[in-house]
Amino acid sequence: MDAQSAKLLGAGLAAIGAGLASLGVGNVFAKFLEGALRNPGAADGQQGRLFIGFAAAELLGLLSFVVAMILIFVA
Amino acid sequence: MAEGKVDPVHQFTIEPLFGTDHWSIAGYNVAFTNSALWMAITAVVLIVFVAGGAKRAVVPGRWQMAVEGFTGFVDNLLQSNIGAAGRKYLPYIFSLFMFILFANLLGLLPLALVGLHPFTATSHFTVTGVLAVMSFAIVLAVGFAKHGLHFFSLFVPHGTPLPMIPIIFPIELISFMVRPFSLGLRLFVAMMAGHVLLEVLSGFVISGTNAGALTFGIAALPSFLLMIGICALELLVAGIQAYVFALLTCVYLNDAENLH
Repeated sequence: MDAQSAKLLGAGLAAIGAGLASLGVGNVFAKFLEGALRNPGAADGQQGRLFIGFAAAELLGLLSFVVAMILIFVA
Repeated sequence: MAEGKVDPVHQFTIEPLFGTDHWSIAGYNVAFTNSALWMAITAVVLIVFVAGGAKRAVVPGRWQMAVEGFTGFVDNLLQSNIGAAGRKYLPYIFSLFMFILFANLLGLLPLALVGLHPFTATSHFTVTGVLAVMSFAIVLAVGFAKHGLHFFSLFVPHGTPLPMIPIIFPIELISFMVRPFSLGLRLFVAMMAGHVLLEVLSGFVISGTNAGALTFGIAALPSFLLMIGICALELLVAGIQAYVFALLTCVYLNDAENLH
């Protein structure tokens, strides 16, 4: 396998990371909604923490996008 | 690259609008680029938006309500994350939030319909990185000015058992030092990924339509419908990323202001 095709394959494999991060982001919002429906009164006060969790989970997915971009355009 | 294929990253090209390669200071080219133009447009739109609403009317009109809504939102964010001491950061966080929000939204404007090429300034790590480093520098300055060398106790959470300190300290230090990087990277990648996705889908629409009625039906039309949905999602992402940037800056400032 030549280097160029290996890079493109690696970039494609990096997309798995984005898919897995989508599970994480979905989990963050699902658990928040679950908790919010149990105690709607406390839900509004926790939105900041919701978005911190969202940002942390999303960042890891975005990193796999960066890996793909580096493999295609930089490496 | 094949003939007629849409290049999804061409939209991020930085090109000088006027000025040439000879405009350099200390070896760096300072020609006025499209990135600089769109940041200037963002600043002008932001100033017009805020100045138009700063009326102090007792019964606010629509415009004043919009501006007061944003300032109240940012003020509330600071109050809930930092407390009463957070009020002094309001100008910085408000400018940061509004600049990122307006830059994100202006980059999504469908100005290509009239032949202009909107450029998202926040889709470049140079821009978001500088914003993140600015936030990080303020955190460091506030932390060291307020707590002195006691600021390093941030890296040893309260109540850590003594044998754990050599392990906890490097972990906390790394997670602290990576903050400006992750803060800038998140915004830049989220904006860039969204624009690449839209460009790829629009490439499907164009080449599918050109290739005949069958590909129009099975490829171009579904892609176009998906694009409409993705555009709505991108508007949401533009707001969320601006909010997350401001929120995380508040959280980091809270660390500097109140330690743990």
